[in-house]
Amino acid sequence: MSWLQVDVSLRYPNGFELKVNWSATCDVVAVMGPSGSGKTTFLSLIAGFLRPQSGRISVDGEVVFDSRLCLSHPPERRRIGFVFQEYLLFPHLTVRQNLLYGSPQPTRIPRRISLERVVEMLQIESLLARHPAKLSGGERQRVALGRALLSQPRALLLDEPLAALDDVLRDRIVRDLSRIQQEFALPILFVSHDEPMVHSFAQEVLRLQQGSVVVGTAPVTE
Amino acid sequence: MWLTPEEWSAVRLSVQVGCAAVACGLPCALPLGYLLARRNFPGKWLLELFLDLPLVLPPVVTGYILLRLCSPRGWLGELLQHGFGWQIVFHWTGAVLAAVVVSFPLMVRALRIAFAGVDPRLELASRSLGVSPWMTFWRVTFPLAQRGVWAGCVLAFARSLGEFGATILVAANIPGETRTLPLAIYSAAQRPGGDTAAWRLVILSILLAAVALWISGRLERRVVAS
Repeated sequence: MSWLQVDVSLRYPNGFELKVNWSATCDVVAVMGPSGSGKTTFLSLIAGFLRPQSGRISVDGEVVFDSRLCLSHPPERRRIGFVFQEYLLFPHLTVRQNLLYGSPQPTRIPRRISLERVVEMLQIESLLARHPAKLSGGERQRVALGRALLSQPRALLLDEPLAALDDVLRDRIVRDLSRIQQEFALPILFVSHDEPMVHSFAQEVLRLQQGSVVVGTAPVTE
Repeated sequence: MWLTPEEWSAVRLSVQVGCAAVACGLPCALPLGYLLARRNFPGKWLLELFLDLPLVLPPVVTGYILLRLCSPRGWLGELLQHGFGWQIVFHWTGAVLAAVVVSFPLMVRALRIAFAGVDPRLELASRSLGVSPWMTFWRVTFPLAQRGVWAGCVLAFARSLGEFGATILVAANIPGETRTLPLAIYSAAQRPGGDTAAWRLVILSILLAAVALWISGRLERRVVAS
């Protein structure tokens, strides 16, 4: 069964409509499309930041939104890690506090990703006592990734993870993401304009244009 | 010290009323400030109008309305008297009520600006990490807005210290019981030969306001440093 099944419709007051009926066939999926095609909106719907007018979303076999059942889990109940384009680290907390911010009690959710492993994998040990304002773009990106991982998500969504990074840092983040995906068997859905990254990392590409899927896998069948 | 016991009592009562007004206003101002900063809803303009009214109304008008509401024959006064045995009018709690009403709009305004300054996407980031909206408020929004929150509290405290028109109507001017600093200055100024006492209290008022501003500055610096 696909880890992500989406069949949603969302219409904005300005007339823009996002209509997607799609399910992931691979673990690493890139979402591509021109600006304004609805890529970030699509991710926000899955994460629970926006609510579709109708449809159904299931993640890892659990239905997190179903308009017919009036079911909509809030973001905090979806267990989907989200890395924002601007990272959005909490500025009043140190890197260590940021990393542990969403780390759940082991009694509530089994902890399969540890702080030590994340710190080692992303090589951020020397940053732990710093505040986000003292970090470079690449360091912030790695901390944001680590923070999302430590919330023990069942999937990871990334909104343009390489947008603000230079070539060296891009390669490094792509390597980190590949290791994360392999080591934790974590499905990843990411928005990117970066063709080389998409070719080297993604196993499947979903192309959006004006709110609709133009290239993707077969639509969801019930 | 060069203050008479009666003047000391006025100073103590003013500080007591100011602290009580902040303590009573803050629990309501926090959710209201957040609501106004973050949400759009039908009738929002009406709520804003209602909240801002005490800012533009003459304090005497506010005081008269409160007096009519809270007197033993007013519906609120009757309710409080019979339900809880509380008397508001001609009691120091009346001065607190007047101070809360006149300082509340300033506090809500400061808190609203403080919350609006916090990027709402940080709250989304927090919730995507499994943290509830309630805990997100206390762990992200409030710490990032607290500079403005404390500034709002100091502003409300300072406004409460200076409250006169509504206080004299609701709490009256009873020495040792409801006579706050502004009322004591008024009484001294009315009394033949009371100029010296009035000046002492005026200087003390200025000192208190300066101390409030100094504390506010210290708090802001501490938040920035942390």
